[in-house]
Amino acid sequence: MMIETHGLKKSFRSRQGRDKKAVEAVRGVDLAVEPGEIFGFLGPNGAGKTTTLRMLATLLEPDGGQATIAGVDLRRDPGEVRRRIGYVAQGGSTWDESTAREELVLHARMYGVGKAEAQRRAAVTLEAFQLTEYADRRCKTYSGGQRRRVDIALGIIHQPKVVFLDEPTTGLDPQSRAHMWDEVRRLREEGMTVFITTHYLEEADALCDRIAIMDHGQIVAEGTPDSLKQEISGDVVNIGLSDTTRASDVLGSAEFVRKLETTDNGVRLYVDEAGTAIPLILRALDGEGIALGTIELHRPSLDDVFLTKTGRTLRES
Amino acid sequence: MKLFRDTWLVFGRATQLLLRNPVWIIVGIVQPVLYLLLFAPLLKPALGAKTNAEAYQVFVPGLLVMLAIFGALFVGFGLIAELRAGTIERSRVTPVSRGALLLGRSLRDVMSLLVQAIIITVLAIPFGLSVRLGDVLLAYLLLGLIAMFCSAVSYAVALKVRSEDALAPLLQTVSQPVLLTAGILLPLAFAPVWLKNVAKWNPFSWAVDGVRALFNGDPGAPAVWKALVIIGVLTVLAVFWAARSFARSVR
Ligand SMILES: Nc1ncnc2c1ncn2[C@@H]1O[C@H](COP(=O)(O)OP(=O)(O)O)[C@@H](O)[C@H]1O
Ligand SMILES: [Mg+2]
Repeated sequence: MMIETHGLKKSFRSRQGRDKKAVEAVRGVDLAVEPGEIFGFLGPNGAGKTTTLRMLATLLEPDGGQATIAGVDLRRDPGEVRRRIGYVAQGGSTWDESTAREELVLHARMYGVGKAEAQRRAAVTLEAFQLTEYADRRCKTYSGGQRRRVDIALGIIHQPKVVFLDEPTTGLDPQSRAHMWDEVRRLREEGMTVFITTHYLEEADALCDRIAIMDHGQIVAEGTPDSLKQEISGDVVNIGLSDTTRASDVLGSAEFVRKLETTDNGVRLYVDEAGTAIPLILRALDGEGIALGTIELHRPSLDDVFLTKTGRTLRES
Repeated sequence: MKLFRDTWLVFGRATQLLLRNPVWIIVGIVQPVLYLLLFAPLLKPALGAKTNAEAYQVFVPGLLVMLAIFGALFVGFGLIAELRAGTIERSRVTPVSRGALLLGRSLRDVMSLLVQAIIITVLAIPFGLSVRLGDVLLAYLLLGLIAMFCSAVSYAVALKVRSEDALAPLLQTVSQPVLLTAGILLPLAFAPVWLKNVAKWNPFSWAVDGVRALFNGDPGAPAVWKALVIIGVLTVLAVFWAARSFARSVR
């Protein structure tokens, strides 16, 4: 395991008016992240994603629990953890009046690298992130996407084993977001383990090998995006036809159908995987000579998963 | 040694950004020079000086201490801007020495004060200021310690309050009485007794006395070693406090 946590906890004392209140930001998180995967943390604002990441990145001391990161115990040797991880904060990390190259050289040197080597690494990293063109312009002149790429470049300049990216695409336009996804995939190809947080369903779905859904400081579900979706309902196939009785007889007994409902204009099937079920459905109906009007498939989204687990949709929380 | 190397790294970066800031050049250099040229002659009667030269002899040490206190006390605002930009958090995920994050910045502040102090001293010489090289170097050491102390306190407080809105009134409230009771621009010789008693508890009033004694060519005066000890001890305490804040700071 690249990251393993048990019962990680953190609460904050916050003052609201006169009375003090404890906010339980993270309430016992157990995680296991494999080397070389893109692991996603999906949850609404305030779920505790940033707090968890900041604990794992040694910025915040946990109130309870243990964590091992890249083989090092977080509590026993935070200094060594820092050497092995990269962390890209949610709010950015560059200074308006510095250039990307200056930032990268400085950051590399903070890991104890000599000046010449730091300059070499900065040049290589700028090239890899397609930033060379702007490298010597001040950061305040960059677009949102460019600036975010500099943040990521800073996070990996020392070639960490694990990199934590806190909402790397929040606020970016769709094109910059797609570009960022490519960068993240490239990091995985280079052998890094990527731990990313997001509150975008599509992002978790498209980018992550495995995800954990977080709500109110706890993990409510964990798995690959597909397995999570299948776990709750499987895929849904709506078939429009007139002879619902015969269709129900034929399909109701089929092995690949989990559940069958008749609807106003046909039948609805719940299947494990629509991709393999649809050819079987067509063959079965065709074999019995049943005419088929329309066929429509509905895949559950991660939002359906979130709804099942928390009773709310992610979009409304 | 790691602390030394990292301090040099942070110092270099902080200095580079300072030099890139045109506001600093204008406010940091032009303003004290204006003070020097305009105020000293104005204050001649109040200082009880018979000549311009005498006025400068009393005024310059006070001006230098004031610059050391004020210049350094407000550096926390820059740190809050850095907290907001995320550059502090970015440093804190690296293995860089936490002490260096403070020392590099504070030494930059000390250096910037010393540049101002040298400019002012040199400019005041044609107006009749006279001071021995050894004395002025010792005075600079004392000024450097004052700046280090104030800058460390400012950083520690900034890391605690984390917002300009809280830092500004706090520094105002503290610095006004400190400045008044330190006899910085006007010596306390003619002050009422109660004010003199209050001043005894103000470490900066000892510092001003020390710097004045040095500019008077009296390095053996008890005020000098007392000032060095008092400010030295305070500086060490403040540096530890602020370095710890850098190690611990949340968000
Ligand atoms: N420094 C802090 N002081 C007080 N409360 C905090 C602090 N940091 C986070 N919180 C609270 O902890 C909860 C989780 O926040 P966070 O981890 O930032 O969530 P997310 O990143 O998932 O949006 C929120 O209720 C937030 O207000
Ligand atoms: Mg967050």
